[in-house]
Amino acid sequence: MDAVFAAFPTYLSGFAVTLQLTAWSAAIAMALGLVVAALRVSPLRPFRFFAAAYVEVLRNMPLTLIFFFAVFVLPQFGVIPPLGFWTAVLCLSTYTSAFVAEAVRSGINSVGVGQAEAARAIGLTFGQTLGEVVLPQAVRTVVPPLINVFIALAKNTSVAAGFAVVELTAAGRRLSQGNPSDTILLLVGVVVFYLLITIPMGVIAGAVERKVAFSR
Amino acid sequence: MRTMRRRGAVAVLAASVLALTACGGDAEEPTEEPGAGEETTDAGGEEGAAEFAEGSTMAELSEAGSITIGTKFDQPLFGLVGPNGEPEGFDVEIGKIIAGELGIEEDGITWVETISQNRESFIETDQVDLVIATYTINDDRKERIDFAGPYYEAGQSILTLADNEDIQGPDDLAGKKVCTVSGSTPEANLLENFPEAEVVPFQAYSDCLTPLRNGQVDAVSTDNVILAGFAAESDDLEVRGEPFTEEPYGIGLAKGDDEFRDWVNDVLEEIFEDGRWTDAWESTAGTVLPTPEPPAVDRY
Repeated sequence: MDAVFAAFPTYLSGFAVTLQLTAWSAAIAMALGLVVAALRVSPLRPFRFFAAAYVEVLRNMPLTLIFFFAVFVLPQFGVIPPLGFWTAVLCLSTYTSAFVAEAVRSGINSVGVGQAEAARAIGLTFGQTLGEVVLPQAVRTVVPPLINVFIALAKNTSVAAGFAVVELTAAGRRLSQGNPSDTILLLVGVVVFYLLITIPMGVIAGAVERKVAFSR
Repeated sequence: MRTMRRRGAVAVLAASVLALTACGGDAEEPTEEPGAGEETTDAGGEEGAAEFAEGSTMAELSEAGSITIGTKFDQPLFGLVGPNGEPEGFDVEIGKIIAGELGIEEDGITWVETISQNRESFIETDQVDLVIATYTINDDRKERIDFAGPYYEAGQSILTLADNEDIQGPDDLAGKKVCTVSGSTPEANLLENFPEAEVVPFQAYSDCLTPLRNGQVDAVSTDNVILAGFAAESDDLEVRGEPFTEEPYGIGLAKGDDEFRDWVNDVLEEIFEDGRWTDAWESTAGTVLPTPEPPAVDRY
């Protein structure tokens, strides 16, 4: 048990990195995902095609392979990304953006076609239709699946442990290497820190859902 | 249908009875000749000749005719699984010698991949009888398992590109990016003794080579024997300086099984003496590394 308390600083620094990875990747994935979702419902066919291809490729590729590609394959083509944190953010955010795009698209589709048609009938542009009419209504349906996506993202950051980022999982490995007799307890500690991120996210999801709920 | 099935069942029963009696016969054979004891001790290394105390791990394994040994599957020179699926290397040879001393043939050995993170738990849960896997003896690990040996003394060293002469020893690592494996002994050692070095941890040592060649890291650091394996495979890599730690490699076995540990130690001392240890080294790691003196067994 002493080992767990002695390990606290290591846990904290790993936790901080995991938190930063999650926050940066979530923000970038959200922005990218919104753009891709907009392209997916755009009236222009090439845009729709591009967005669909983007989503299918990234959504169906294992995250580890994306990391592998960025760390070991890209350099073969002369693109040498800086090892560590930012490469991990790049991989995590592109991967997650495909899921964000799908969640947002399903929200947009949940808003009746009549709404978009009415908006267009009063002369709103595509951007206005989406921004002023459809998206505000879509938000309600989008929030719960979106939080799911971000909870998955928080846990997916552990993949970065194998690619030169010392986040929570890598910190846990270091600790259990130093204290072989307390491995199980130390790993339970790692789990607790992950829960510190994911459980509040679930609680926020619940709160937002209640707030935006309306009686149809 | 019914009778057919019954007949089938009878046949199975008969077969298993036959098999059982056959086994019984084998097991009893040695006790039928009480005089054979002296001869067998003289013969020493001959197959199946050794006799072990009733109930000891050696007797159990010897009677079963099979043993499960954990080793690395990705470690050139020590335990590396080639295209044919069989592990090869110095650790594997040592395992074969020990199995041979138990009267177990090579077919009777089951090789299980053990990685750095699961070696202790595989021993504790009896998934393996022995672990011979570039396994450094240390006190933390001794809390959970016991070690026979050491059978080799490695040491942490540094690998760089052949044309990079800036780094000649661990003190030159200050401010440099050093690749190693996340959660390994070399990583812990770098963090503790060379805090100026920037540690870049990957999943496996082989993952460090691409970043090294791309200049994303300046050096790779782990046991000299592992690095020597990489350097032997490619001309553009070179091992720098002398080893700066002592990593005695031991054979991991269940905690408290002192009888087994003493016996493995006896076997090691025997093969240090009679040249089998040197032969095993020269046919594996000795192809790229100089042949060292065998270490002294530590009977703690």
